[in-house]
Amino acid sequence: MTLTVETYGTLAEANAARRGDSRYLAGGTLVMRDLNYAVPGLSRVLRVSNPPRAIRQQGERLSMDAGVTMADVIESREAAFLAPVARSVGGPAVRNMATVGGNLFAAHPYGDFTAALLALDGEVQFVDGRTQPMEAFLAERDRAPLVASITMRMPRTGEFRFRKVARVKPKGVSVMSIAAWLPGAPMRVSQVRIAFGAMGPTPLRARAAEQVLEGKVLDASGIERALSVATQGLAPVDDALASAWYRNEVAPVHLRRLLLDEEPEP
Amino acid sequence: MSKIPVQFTLNGTEKAVFVDPGANLLDVLRRGVGDLSPKYGCAQGTCGSCAMLIDGELRLGCLTLAEAVSGARIETTGGLQTGEEPHPLQTAFMEGFAAQCGYCTPGMIMAAKALLDRNPNPSRDDVIEAISGNICRCTGYQPIVDAILTAADRMRGRIA
Amino acid sequence: MPVEFRKDLFANERDDTLKEIGQPRIRQDILGHVSGRSPYYDDHLFEGLLHMRCVRSPHHHARIRHIDAGAAERMPGVVRVVWPADVPHNINTLLSLINFGRDDEALLQPSRVTYIGEPVLAIIAKTEREAREAAAAVRVDWEPLPHVLDVEEALKPDAPTVNGEYPNNTFDYHDLYDHQKLRFGDVEKGFREADHIVEGEYRMSPIEQAPIETCGAIAAPETNDRYVCHTATQGLFFSLAVTAKLLDIASSRLHFIGGTVGGGFGGKVDSITEPMAVLGARLTGQPVKFMWDREEEMQVGAPRGAELWRIKDGVARDGRILARQFTGFFDSGAYTRLSSYAVVKGTGHLPGPYTIPNVASNVYCVFTNRTPATAMRGFGITGVDFAIECQMDKVAEAAGLDPIELRILNAYRDGDMKAHRREAKNCALIECCQVAADKARWPLSPQSRAASSMTEGGVGWRAEIPETVTDQVGRIGERRRQALPSEPGAGAAATGRVAAGMRRDDRSVELPPQVADMAKEQERTGYSGKVDLPDHAAPASVQPAPATPVQRPAAPLPTQPPPPPPPPAGTAPSLPPAAQQRADDPEAAEQARRRAASRFISGTRRRR
Repeated sequence: MTLTVETYGTLAEANAARRGDSRYLAGGTLVMRDLNYAVPGLSRVLRVSNPPRAIRQQGERLSMDAGVTMADVIESREAAFLAPVARSVGGPAVRNMATVGGNLFAAHPYGDFTAALLALDGEVQFVDGRTQPMEAFLAERDRAPLVASITMRMPRTGEFRFRKVARVKPKGVSVMSIAAWLPGAPMRVSQVRIAFGAMGPTPLRARAAEQVLEGKVLDASGIERALSVATQGLAPVDDALASAWYRNEVAPVHLRRLLLDEEPEP
Repeated sequence: MSKIPVQFTLNGTEKAVFVDPGANLLDVLRRGVGDLSPKYGCAQGTCGSCAMLIDGELRLGCLTLAEAVSGARIETTGGLQTGEEPHPLQTAFMEGFAAQCGYCTPGMIMAAKALLDRNPNPSRDDVIEAISGNICRCTGYQPIVDAILTAADRMRGRIA
Repeated sequence: MPVEFRKDLFANERDDTLKEIGQPRIRQDILGHVSGRSPYYDDHLFEGLLHMRCVRSPHHHARIRHIDAGAAERMPGVVRVVWPADVPHNINTLLSLINFGRDDEALLQPSRVTYIGEPVLAIIAKTEREAREAAAAVRVDWEPLPHVLDVEEALKPDAPTVNGEYPNNTFDYHDLYDHQKLRFGDVEKGFREADHIVEGEYRMSPIEQAPIETCGAIAAPETNDRYVCHTATQGLFFSLAVTAKLLDIASSRLHFIGGTVGGGFGGKVDSITEPMAVLGARLTGQPVKFMWDREEEMQVGAPRGAELWRIKDGVARDGRILARQFTGFFDSGAYTRLSSYAVVKGTGHLPGPYTIPNVASNVYCVFTNRTPATAMRGFGITGVDFAIECQMDKVAEAAGLDPIELRILNAYRDGDMKAHRREAKNCALIECCQVAADKARWPLSPQSRAASSMTEGGVGWRAEIPETVTDQVGRIGERRRQALPSEPGAGAAATGRVAAGMRRDDRSVELPPQVADMAKEQERTGYSGKVDLPDHAAPASVQPAPATPVQRPAAPLPTQPPPPPPPPAGTAPSLPPAAQQRADDPEAAEQARRRAASRFISGTRRRR
């Protein structure tokens, strides 16, 4: 099978060249792996020579071009609330390569950054100008057009929390990650959004826990019901890192630590 | 399958090579231009044994599309030594028993160099974070972390 | 971290004027390592290098109905499809090189796969990508078969047979038993005398060695009709001999170059990539690389095998362990590789570094449809040590004793008799416990602090080989027919006894050995007089002895495998009993025929 790599000047041109058999290569951390392993059916790769990499504040929301790397996020002043999330992805080399756009398509157990975007009411802007809320996007991402940028809410200080649970220190692949946007925290919270990574085929929201947290104070008794319904709607699988059973068992424990803002285990 | 011409500098020397579409930079450096210092460990970005600097940034050769590095400046452990003089990181690794089988060492040293290029006075945690994408199965990491801290001390002494 | 030398300990057993040991020395190979110039096998570049990739089983257990490699053969870059029939002598077992075990594994499996990832075919192509694409285009018609993934399930009568060479799913020990026995004293008597019975079950998962350099080899034709092979092997001459056997080629035609290994930890002794690469070079006349990618390293690279151990201890009120019984299972996966040896090594390690007067163990090397297991850093010992030390904590808890003091109380002292009938020497556990307690600021009693490995050992019962209860349960094939229990002594219709002996003085037992195996192990029974055995044949005809102590010990005590006698030169090897049992199985018959036709018997070239 002949493999072709086509390089375009703009995302729009690359998008116009897309067909069923093609894949878009950005940072390389997903597509190059598949090329190296000659994954069947991958015969046409599209890329853009210098994709945009800007981070812009737009009122209460922050916009990131899809080509922004994890290292860009860590260095950005506007995106400082996401720096701990970006830092949890890979090692330094991977963070210099991996993009925000690519993370949207990372299969389980990857995609911790996307879990954070889901919690922060993320919205995807496609190259063709259409937009889609993150949750709807994730449900059908296999059919999505090229992504141009992503926007998300900018939380106030203390309102956004993120935990990544891994077995290897300081860095390992997720047993799970939890991202939570907690308006009003640590006092009475409202309109809470909680997203789990590595607890299903894509990052998923813990809607039941979100609902019972409405109007609650984030203390032991305030979060009790949320913990008991923490895994409702999640769909973890067995993999080499943890069984679905284990993930379900420990999810409330890690959610409790996040909601009570306890220091993560060393 | 038509080959694609690519030009770059490797450790200060101009290189021009024809590459296959989709080829990764690790393969091209090893077989195309004969720099055998970056190693194959996984071809999926998990082990770090092919870590190298591309335009001063730490990257993985196995996940870098070779044709995309045209015009880039590439540095590997193979070019770290100046003449007979080892780099302070190499000396510290030698003296501190920071290598056993040696297979992860070239990538580990480049990850350390990427850190020291930006942060000449790293903490122990900084060093641990900097090599967190490089797996070593022999040493248990402590001698490596110690060696990088030793090298940092010596390099600051040299500059001062 | 600087090494701390405790020169206060064992000072009279050691020369402290050494010039090199204890001094900081730079590794001789480290300049190459830090400059990226150490020559690993893949750092040897060859013009026109071809790449080899395998087609592998997606099933735990399946029969191969048909393979269609037509499309793959016609794909761009494909140079050669390698079939099982291309392997000149397609059957081997690793330890055949030391005459241990029967050939049971094909390099490329022709008929029936028994683990996920087992190779059935190889593609040689001009680029790695082309080899991958062609391998993916091979169509195999699989007939999935029932599989077994658990060691105890595999012992049940209705479990599918995994390894055709060992139809009972257990390795044959001493051509007699389906497990390795250790009998020392009388554990039942010890349990009766004990104040506490402490039981524990311990399971260890397989562990992949995960070297950063994956397994691989490059082979190329060389002058004088030889082949050069650059390899990542940990055992260069081991791999050379395996290659010579599988490819039926004189070892003098193989020029193996290795020694620079990118991590092995035991995972690079299995000698699979070398014969594959040399075979490729031989079939194509060109240099061929056979390298596992990371997924193969993790999926088909043989790990440290899973283990299951049950330990039962009889403990006196003061914490002394009076009896310890083990039932152990090594999950060998689908083939023997080195697990057979791990069992023997592990048995020699029992009951851990403790002087216990009554010990019994049954340890099984079990075949399942999992990835074959092999060596990894202390294999055979590591798993059971984990079990033993967890058990020691459990015993301490049951006896209400401090866990370190319990260890010091029971530790080997110099001169003690070990369960495998060797004298304990150079013991140091007590001193290790004392130093560890100090480092952890853990308080010790005056007695524990005063204890020493060099005192109190080797006197009275501590030096004795106790009168030993034996049994003959678990003959090859018996277990699967009768669903026998697996623990030592269980199910014994009758037991025999071996008289007590002494090692450390001139006294010896009055009774000479009465069966052939005991004669071989004479020095361990303690008897030093004349042996007059009418019949040295294998003790298959030995009648079970009455259960009461009698003058006639009935069972052998194989604690180390006696090497099977080499077959007389010029004769065909006789079929082992296991093979005879299944003469109606065409696959087994084929294997037996191949073995008989081979010019190799257990790795030794037969004289013509």
